[in-house]
Amino acid sequence: MENDKTETVKIPYFPGCTLKTTAKNFEQSALRSMEKLGVEMVELPKWNCCGTVSSLASDDLMKHLAPVRDFIRVEEMNNTGLVDNEYRMLTLCSMCFNTLKQTNIRVTSSPEDLQSVNQFMYLEKDYEGKVDVTHLFELLDSMGFDTIAERVVRSLDGLKIAPYYGCLLLRPKSVGIDNPENPSIIERFISSLGGSPVMNWEAKSRCCGSYHTVDNKAIVIKSVKGIIENAREFGAETIITSCPLCAFNLDNRQEDIMKEFPDFDPMPVFYFTQLLGLALGLGDEVLGLDDNCIDPRPLLKRSGLYE
Amino acid sequence: MSEERNMVTVYILGEHFMVPEGSTIMTALEYSGFQLKRGVGCREGFCGACATVYREKGEYKLKGGLACQTVVSDGMTIARIPFVPAEKAAYNLEELKPDVSTFVELYPSVFRCVSCNTCTKICPQDINVMDYIQDIIKGDIASAAQTSFDCIRCGLCALRCPAEIVQFNVGMLAQRLYGKYLAPKSPELETRVAEIEEGKYESEIKRLKVLPKEELVKEYYERDIKIT
Amino acid sequence: MAGKIVLSHHNIDFQKQIEKISGEKITSCDQCGVCSGSCPFTDEMEITPSTMMKMSQLGLPEVMEANSIWICASCFNCMARCPRGLDLSKVAEALRQISLRQAVDSITIENIDKEEAARLPSIALVGAFRKLTG
Repeated sequence: MENDKTETVKIPYFPGCTLKTTAKNFEQSALRSMEKLGVEMVELPKWNCCGTVSSLASDDLMKHLAPVRDFIRVEEMNNTGLVDNEYRMLTLCSMCFNTLKQTNIRVTSSPEDLQSVNQFMYLEKDYEGKVDVTHLFELLDSMGFDTIAERVVRSLDGLKIAPYYGCLLLRPKSVGIDNPENPSIIERFISSLGGSPVMNWEAKSRCCGSYHTVDNKAIVIKSVKGIIENAREFGAETIITSCPLCAFNLDNRQEDIMKEFPDFDPMPVFYFTQLLGLALGLGDEVLGLDDNCIDPRPLLKRSGLYE
Repeated sequence: MSEERNMVTVYILGEHFMVPEGSTIMTALEYSGFQLKRGVGCREGFCGACATVYREKGEYKLKGGLACQTVVSDGMTIARIPFVPAEKAAYNLEELKPDVSTFVELYPSVFRCVSCNTCTKICPQDINVMDYIQDIIKGDIASAAQTSFDCIRCGLCALRCPAEIVQFNVGMLAQRLYGKYLAPKSPELETRVAEIEEGKYESEIKRLKVLPKEELVKEYYERDIKIT
Repeated sequence: MAGKIVLSHHNIDFQKQIEKISGEKITSCDQCGVCSGSCPFTDEMEITPSTMMKMSQLGLPEVMEANSIWICASCFNCMARCPRGLDLSKVAEALRQISLRQAVDSITIENIDKEEAARLPSIALVGAFRKLTG
């Protein structure tokens, strides 16, 4: 095939904790999809958990250490030849993306903070501020969604998909990948795969309840119920997200909703790389659809996208 | 009595003592008249009982070491840490899964790690403690077990951790899970265990048990080790 | 009859502490209420985000007693919409930090249901522990 001859781009890749543990299928879908699109995601050696939520206190630099360690890894990858002059640091997880980028903005805009962090981590090389934290959606956008559309072998024809942005892809504005009030990047992603994006639904960037799922499930259940019902009201058959915590809350907490509200009609939830992989022709052994809580296969079968 | 050796000053619990240069902290303590009943063990750097923190003259860094292995320097300030209070989860290894969920259940504080690396810096065994805690967050139990392998549970990591993680017990759980579920199985070991259970070596063990010490030592050093 | 509000030095110290940790000029909030209307969890809160701001301006320590500072999950919706450009997420973070730095946590890790926890993704625990424990 002509495409196979194009040179592979190697990009440093930060997986984050959850794609390595409870959501391996999300990662596999991404790695294999990007391979098909000519991108080799090179995992950072010895990366550290980013912390998942950025510290917002002005005087709490300790919580920024982990992201900076990871940036140092990316600079090292360039020095050791793992990647070639490639300082983009690719993330799939919205929380990693946001946390890493907030730290990067902070230390690159404050020389004093950078110096403090570098001095504290005297066993590491200094961070030089070269890293560009990049979300996979941004990378796909820069490659051109029309280029991706050309590689689609199994068009998600007619599948009505609600793009769920959640919070951390969009806000704060300095970090976000699109207009916080009127984003379009996931809609364009869905269209490139042949799907029909659900437009202008209200809950697309409403918080799912995030980490409250640990100690205040009730809040999450209420929020997720509202989000799913709003998506359905706007005609969605499924929801996609790029945050593994949103994915857990939107998907797994529907089981809790059904216990409380027997009439509740559940909706399958995809991680965005699962749908990307599906459209690029990857099989279930990579997509791991069996690991999704609300089984998406009946919907895919109805739409002619699964056996 | 003439003092041939050069002496150095050390401060033990704030009081100064003159001790011979080149002493270990443990020797210095005993030389200074402290009778060690707790916080002393093998005196060979293996048991982890004699964790000690100290600062060297003119240095801001708080260092950690084993009293039996660390040589004193002039002006050193010393405090022994005979015991580190630590949460120790109770579990039945047979019922556990070798994945991240086990740590979520038994040692959730692992997820408070802020990657400050203070644990690694204090470790007298030069273990990359932060790395194995991070391995657990990433679900790489095998790597955590291997990285933490040299831990002798002196407890200094746990004492210094700002996230109050009990690294050494977490590492031990990783090692146990690795040994039980993840390490490659050795068929030779299983054969040997079966032989022992069948009583194949009983007469040999009986013979060794009554052997005089000198002969036992001789046999030990002359033993034939087969490496396949 | 309207009375004059007199702030004690305790109130002023507390207000300054919030400003220092948050880095936000909280006195510039003019109480329009957009934050309370934007917050997805105002319903769950004992005081609204704008009340949290008012109490912070006045340095009233009672603000610490409301569940609101813990309910805020830093979704940044209020911040995206504040006409004064204030970042309330940082104010809520400062209030949480004031508590956490006194070793007063919002959750007790030991009390989390172990069976439930074993099903949770790591990302949820790391987030909760960072925000709700000190």
